[in-house]
Amino acid sequence: MSLSKYLLSRLGQALIVLWAAFTLSFLLLQMMPGDAVLIKYMGGDFALTPEQLANIRQIYGSDNPPLQRYLSALTSTLTGDFGYSIDAGVRVTALLADNILPTFRLAGLGFLAAVVLSFTLAFLSYFSPFSWLRRVITMLPSLFVAIPVFWLGIMLIQMFSFRLRLVPVINPGPWVGLILPIATLAVPISAPIAQILMRNIDDVMTRPFVAVARAKGASLNWVFWKHVLANALLPVLTICGMLFGELLAGAVVAETVFGLNGIGRLTEAAVATLDVAVLQAVVLLSAATFVTINLVVDLLYPLLDPRLRKNAKAV
Amino acid sequence: MGVAEEPRTGVSAGSRTAEWWRPVLEQIKGIGPATWLSYAVLILAVLWALFPGLFTAYDAITGTPGQQLRAPSLAHFFGTDALGRDVFSRVVHGSVHSLSGAFVATAVGLVVGTALGLLSGSVGGVVDEIVMRIVDVLLSIPGLLFALSIIILLGFGTLNASIAVGAAAIAAFARLMRSEVIRVRSSDYVEAAIGSGGKLSSVLWRHVLPNSLTSVVAFSALQFGSAILQLSTLSFLGYGAPPPTPEWGLLVAEGRNYVATAWWLTAAPGLVVVIVVLAANQVSKSIRGRA
Repeated sequence: MSLSKYLLSRLGQALIVLWAAFTLSFLLLQMMPGDAVLIKYMGGDFALTPEQLANIRQIYGSDNPPLQRYLSALTSTLTGDFGYSIDAGVRVTALLADNILPTFRLAGLGFLAAVVLSFTLAFLSYFSPFSWLRRVITMLPSLFVAIPVFWLGIMLIQMFSFRLRLVPVINPGPWVGLILPIATLAVPISAPIAQILMRNIDDVMTRPFVAVARAKGASLNWVFWKHVLANALLPVLTICGMLFGELLAGAVVAETVFGLNGIGRLTEAAVATLDVAVLQAVVLLSAATFVTINLVVDLLYPLLDPRLRKNAKAV
Repeated sequence: MGVAEEPRTGVSAGSRTAEWWRPVLEQIKGIGPATWLSYAVLILAVLWALFPGLFTAYDAITGTPGQQLRAPSLAHFFGTDALGRDVFSRVVHGSVHSLSGAFVATAVGLVVGTALGLLSGSVGGVVDEIVMRIVDVLLSIPGLLFALSIIILLGFGTLNASIAVGAAAIAAFARLMRSEVIRVRSSDYVEAAIGSGGKLSSVLWRHVLPNSLTSVVAFSALQFGSAILQLSTLSFLGYGAPPPTPEWGLLVAEGRNYVATAWWLTAAPGLVVVIVVLAANQVSKSIRGRA
């Protein structure tokens, strides 16, 4: 298969997955018994007559038969229109546009911090002169995955804001306020990366070419940077692609705990008010991001590993 | 891996009990101290859920006046909250919500996912193609968002949150089961069983299912720990059990308003979650290591 053909088929697969994700989320979210119109206008100050409710439903198009709603939702989604948020009364795209950058910044920096943390752990465990230290470090990732993210966030606030008074709680400034959320996000994300990295390093260390290099007199340091690291890195790339869901879930929780604006807070509010259009848009957006990231990761492989490039040509 | 390749039919007649106990005994012999400790933690948590009265004399819902916000002491291991309720008692009484929720979540994922994987791996062809594409789609949606979509559909509450967490795990179970079925199917004894006239369904039941069980059980234990985490996250966000249920995530959420003054309100329940999840993960690792 030539490269362009391979690219096209992967792209086609990605599009099918996205269409199916749209259909699935539409089916799930349109099967609900109550709807956001009812939630918003049912009681209290907003109480409306049934006629007015029906009128609102007509405006939002939520009284049409299901198939018609599905088709119109599909065509408008294809043109980049996710409809209106019933709770906020504005376009979903406007809400997303307002909230996507802070989340992107938080998730991006959190991921970066996770990569730095996991590589630090792997280096420490490799170069550690004491076996007990090495054992402690290799146990850390298992601990990291067992910690609830929201709890970690609260504990960090408690420790660094209230006990040590290092990070102010009130009006911390845009970047200082991100320190603790980033740390909260980095811990659970770093665990699988560190685990894979450590396992790969151990694995590569047992290969014959390492023994040959050592026998020729290369130091552990030399072997690590020249031979082991490059060989241990590739599987890390795969796990990075898979981690997007965790990263997004972590961002949702971190935004809630630290009171930051973003997609996470938007999602949380959408669930509380049954704002289906917003939730579906978030689901689609994250599915699209997941598919794109994994597509890019797959395409990066042959660029990074010369062996795969040769094989791809041969096939 | 060599041991797993041997057929285990499990239904041999005669000395059935002896046959059944021998591998279990061998398993127990090789268990390390960390795994023993993990089993002990899980058993203790289950005992908390079944007989909370044995472990604490305090009431979980009504507090003692004049005992508000006491720091941890011998009388109150985890201190007391703003209503004078003993936090240790709330954690003990809360274990039934967290554990049964995680159990339901794991069961939903296990039953539906394993059935799908078994179907996909054994029938093959178009069915396999369709099921695996659906699994791809499910895996492309982040677990938390998928769970939230299910919660919007079903409504809030402990049971609904558990079903949502379980539904989000179906795809992973299906994928694992399918790969196990395909691995076992290509082994000689399955070919021999089919070659000697066994029906596909009976071969699946007697040979394929028992032989792929170890990794599925290991994954279930892992999933159990992760379900506790996800459920506590959902109830922290307010979609799970309503207050004053002493669910673990909710305990942390309630303690959040007192981070500046009463650290034990958040620290203690969260620590219990960490320990139980660590134990479940360790058990999963030990089962997988023996496959």
